[in-house]
Amino acid sequence: MILLVLILLIGFSAAAYWAGRRLARRRAAGTRAHSSLGYHGAYVLLWAAIPALVVLILMAVFSTGIQYQLLLADAPEAIRALDPMRQGAFWYDVLTVADGGTPQQIWAGPQAELLQSEAQRAARIGGLMTLGGAVAAVLAGLIGLGLALRRVAPQFRARNRVEGWIAAFLFVCSAIAILTTLGIIASLLFESLRFFQSVSPLEFLFGTQWSPQIAIRADQVGQTGGFGAAPLFVGTFLIMMIAMLVAGPIGLFSAIYLSEYAGPRQRAIIKPVLEILAGVPTVVYGFFAALTVGPALRGFFNGVGAQLAGGPLDSLGQYLMLVQNQMALVAGGVMGIMLIPFVSSLSDDIINAVPQSLRDGSYAMGATKSETVKRVLLPAALPGIAGAFLLAVSRAIGETMIVTMAAGLAARMTLNPLDTVTTVTVQIVTLLTGDQEFNSPKTLAAFGLGLTLFIVTLGLNIIAQQIVQRYREQYD
Amino acid sequence: MTMNPDLVAPSREPRQGDVSALDTDRNPGHAEAPVPTVVHPGLTGPIKIKAEDVSVFYGQKQALFDVSLDIADKAVTAFIGPSGCGKSTFLRCINRMNDTIPSARVVGKITIDGQDITDRSIDPVLLRARVGMVFQKPNPFPKSIFENVAYGPKIHGLTANKTELADRVEHSLKRAGLWKEVADRLESPGTGLSGGQQQRLVIARAIAVEPEVILMDEPCSALDPIATARIEELIDELREEYCIVIVTHSMAQAARVSQRTAFFHLGQLIEVGPTEDIFQNPRERRTLDYITGRFG
Repeated sequence: MILLVLILLIGFSAAAYWAGRRLARRRAAGTRAHSSLGYHGAYVLLWAAIPALVVLILMAVFSTGIQYQLLLADAPEAIRALDPMRQGAFWYDVLTVADGGTPQQIWAGPQAELLQSEAQRAARIGGLMTLGGAVAAVLAGLIGLGLALRRVAPQFRARNRVEGWIAAFLFVCSAIAILTTLGIIASLLFESLRFFQSVSPLEFLFGTQWSPQIAIRADQVGQTGGFGAAPLFVGTFLIMMIAMLVAGPIGLFSAIYLSEYAGPRQRAIIKPVLEILAGVPTVVYGFFAALTVGPALRGFFNGVGAQLAGGPLDSLGQYLMLVQNQMALVAGGVMGIMLIPFVSSLSDDIINAVPQSLRDGSYAMGATKSETVKRVLLPAALPGIAGAFLLAVSRAIGETMIVTMAAGLAARMTLNPLDTVTTVTVQIVTLLTGDQEFNSPKTLAAFGLGLTLFIVTLGLNIIAQQIVQRYREQYD
Repeated sequence: MTMNPDLVAPSREPRQGDVSALDTDRNPGHAEAPVPTVVHPGLTGPIKIKAEDVSVFYGQKQALFDVSLDIADKAVTAFIGPSGCGKSTFLRCINRMNDTIPSARVVGKITIDGQDITDRSIDPVLLRARVGMVFQKPNPFPKSIFENVAYGPKIHGLTANKTELADRVEHSLKRAGLWKEVADRLESPGTGLSGGQQQRLVIARAIAVEPEVILMDEPCSALDPIATARIEELIDELREEYCIVIVTHSMAQAARVSQRTAFFHLGQLIEVGPTEDIFQNPRERRTLDYITGRFG
């Protein structure tokens, strides 16, 4: 059905294009037209296709609702007498049967008969509406076509009109992404406001007790619910720091190697490999962390602990023997590895942007390569590198998959890399997976966390972009 | 394949026919000019730099063809010629800056005070402390004025303590004629100076390591006429102490600052001689064409 409509629409548009072209040629005969024939054709096409398309879209959006209202208006008494939930189920099944499906609920006796008769009525209404919509679309298309054809004339500025439409179309495309983002921010904001009605922002930001599992019914015994997210922020910070300690130096040094030391041959191999590394899905890093790195490090620390236990460092040994798979070190370390290509490719661009004249100047003074890197290139590239690091930090904070799989759920206020910690993103995932009701502060807490995360990463990104931008301008 | 004579690279020997086409009254006797292989005319002092059959290749492409040239100490030697003629390439051989270009290959021999600097055993890092260089575009490092000048002494460990370093920075800035302008703001960034000041800062930076030779690659091409005049004055002052080689596009500048001029064309050294002779009485037709603006 949809396919048929589309084919018809394309055929109609093509016909409109040719009609516009031919008419333009005939009317322009002997004179010099303002716009070429193709623009006249395109103009007529747009005026024919867009009204028809708009009618079709409106029909697709509203037809079910109108159909439903029409059904309800003439609803049988027997159904009106049902309780609202049962009524809703009935009408749902009516529409399902009308579309040729089987009912979801069991309807007995008169209700079953009513279901069949109402389904037939629904199918009739639906058919009429489809027909009406099709006629309306054709009419709209023909009216548009007629109006457009009347305007075709040698001095008509079809080119400007068509270019205007193209610009408008491209603008709408770019606006969609921005509008969607605005919508996301709005939803985050409003849900967070609801959350902060039941939990004070101060308690949320600075409270140290995080246990969002609150009692749903009065007779439940359990946590009273604590929404102090500070342990999550500390955990996020700890994992981010570990990740940056790995990714920062390694990424920067590999960038220095790539831009200053590597010959074309090494560069041709290493650069693509690093870029492939950047394309590995984070879930793969996640199970690498959870299944390979975690157990290996745990085995190592437990072994060291067993050696130390009983000796002068007994308490340390006892502690190390109890280290678990899910430590901050594992999640942070693997996240750091994930960020290496990100840091290195950004830093590489930035070091390459340092003008060759500075390198020449330094070499001409008799500086060696490492002196040039240390004393000229890095100071010159420092602002840009700081920007690159901030972008990496913002990614580390927002990264979800690795920490979900490897960091654990215990909300602890600790900076010990061997401890299990949890992060903001992990908690958002935990709060929102599974069956949820949207009135409980437990679920709404996810929006509070999301908003906090959003504000922090947005701030970091803005600062980083500004720094990098200013740095680029300095050498343009 | 037929060879179109116009497309063939010019032979290394100047064609006699070309030369005889010149107005012989104005330039009597030049038709018999010798092939310019090794040329000494116009040497004003002891030889500092001696190049013998220097050729440079960038990958497969040869950029410089068998250049032999002697350069005098305590004098300014100018290299002129149209763009891409190899004058900068040759200049960059003297401090082995071509080493920093992976595809570049230099053959032939260059000696400074009799020491072969193209030899593998010569450390380019030490050589560049003896042969300073100033580039086309002022390239102060993104550091303070003081740190810019202190850069060389620091990396080469030339000064024992902070006072010595400060003295040397002051002396170099004075020598470059910049001291009065920056004495009260040594800690502000070198990139904040005007173009002409930046170029003098870069000269001070080169002087700070007490080189013997200063190479200048079109040092005034990015400067306005007043800043240019200031730099030219400076070059004239520095001539008393250093062997200066300057590449320039401006023939007027070559005439003003140099005692000896070498004309390069298509990777060859065409002619070298006292600056006056080159500009008033060139032996080669191509030199005359260039200085009278017929090409380049």
